[in-house]
Amino acid sequence: MNGNLPGSRSPGYIVVSISVLLVLWQVIADVVVKNHFILPSFTDVVIALYDLLFTGTLPMDFAVSLVHFFIGLGLSLCIGVPCGICIGWFAGINRLLDPIIEIIRPIPPLAWIPFAIVWFGLTDLAAGFVIFIGGVFPVLINTYEGFRNIPRIFVEAGKMLGCTSNAALIRYIALPAALPHLAAGFRVASGVAWMCLVAAEMFGVSTFGLGQKIWWYYNLHQMDKVMVYMLILGFVGLFIDYLFRYGMNRTLLKWRQGEVN
Amino acid sequence: MGRVEISHLSRAFVKEDGDKVVALSDINLSIGDDEFVSFVGPSGCGKTTLLRIIAGLDKATSGEVRVDGSLITGPGQKVGMVFQEYSLFPWRSVLSNVAFGLEMRGMPKEERHEIARKFIALVGLSQFEQSFPYELSGGMRQRVAIARALATDPDLLLMDEPFGALDAQTRNHMQCELLDIWETKKKTILFVTHSCDEAVFLSDRVVVLSSRPGRIHEIVPIPISRPRDRTNKEFIDLRRSLLDMIEEERDEEKIKCKSGYL
Repeated sequence: MNGNLPGSRSPGYIVVSISVLLVLWQVIADVVVKNHFILPSFTDVVIALYDLLFTGTLPMDFAVSLVHFFIGLGLSLCIGVPCGICIGWFAGINRLLDPIIEIIRPIPPLAWIPFAIVWFGLTDLAAGFVIFIGGVFPVLINTYEGFRNIPRIFVEAGKMLGCTSNAALIRYIALPAALPHLAAGFRVASGVAWMCLVAAEMFGVSTFGLGQKIWWYYNLHQMDKVMVYMLILGFVGLFIDYLFRYGMNRTLLKWRQGEVN
Repeated sequence: MGRVEISHLSRAFVKEDGDKVVALSDINLSIGDDEFVSFVGPSGCGKTTLLRIIAGLDKATSGEVRVDGSLITGPGQKVGMVFQEYSLFPWRSVLSNVAFGLEMRGMPKEERHEIARKFIALVGLSQFEQSFPYELSGGMRQRVAIARALATDPDLLLMDEPFGALDAQTRNHMQCELLDIWETKKKTILFVTHSCDEAVFLSDRVVVLSSRPGRIHEIVPIPISRPRDRTNKEFIDLRRSLLDMIEEERDEEKIKCKSGYL
């Protein structure tokens, strides 16, 4: 916040910058490009959106994409957090698993698409799996980092107060101390997962989905509708991120108020 | 309760290049019930290591520590500790920090909060029980840390330079408060400090450690009756003799200062 110019977040600036962008877009599309297939204009997109709202499948696409997204992100958390805790807390497990993770991690999530289809068929789970691959490593690495950086003083203070078993130390000391790191990992993961969504839906796992419809309307050469879905993906992604940040700062991370943010 | 028996205690660290550094060598000390004992000595003499071994956070290379007859093998129920750094859990409120030890012992919420409130009142922070540590000053944080260590009713309280990070005024306040608490709660307190003034003001006995390897150089009884006055002659003489002992023990080149005495 501090680095920004005064008032740069105020609604006035947002209205001005977006209006300028929309006018420019309209002018370039209508006057310069003059081809609605190559660049649909702003009004084309508004009309297409209006069309889709009444005749299209937007609610269904939205619901199916959220299912894919939550399968993927849910699996990332269920697997990434416990693995991150284990390699962060137990040095032996770290030595054992670290090479494996470092070999698998650089493989781009989209390279897993063929195996996702072979293993899970053309199902929602296959899309969820690709999204999971994208999300699991940010969750895992950040959980691990969080656990490596727990100040020793907290662990020792905990031990002196009778919190001595590994399970109790992880639950009462390490997990809350590492929570800011976990939250950061989850946020990165949800961004990556949202990006993987389009690709995961393009290989025909379902007849609905925000990503699936982009490909579908491209094949129908309706680029205005492609643009509508692109913008929806952008706005929903922004909204998920905002909701998540707001939720975390207000509840689990309220003890950090005044330190950061 | 709270007798401490330290016998033939030694601690050596092995450095990365294989060299051995002896931090503590053949420490023998016996501390009685409800006694207040301070440890002073030059930097690096092993005061903190000694305290950590008594706490069970570090292991002796040889020798043993017994508290009320039972051998210390790890962090135990009967020993509380206040650290030099701020050790409050930043994700817990003051109340829930102080209640933490009781929570670990499985005490129900209502009951442990009631006890925690008593100890928060003891250190004078009742109006801050819902605050988070980041909202408190350094002195207040250490008060909470003392309340937290006392809440589980340990027989022995270890304090590792607890007021080291505080300014001189707050420090003097905290020393008085600590003595009040000690008189009402009746605990054995072992207190590590760099300040001879603090040691003389607080203690029944002051243990002067020699520089590496740490040995007991001398045990100085402080016969002044409480409440003590820092400006009284006897107090100043004791301080002088402690300062001289520590200066004598320093490894490094003796500091020659023309403008004053150390």
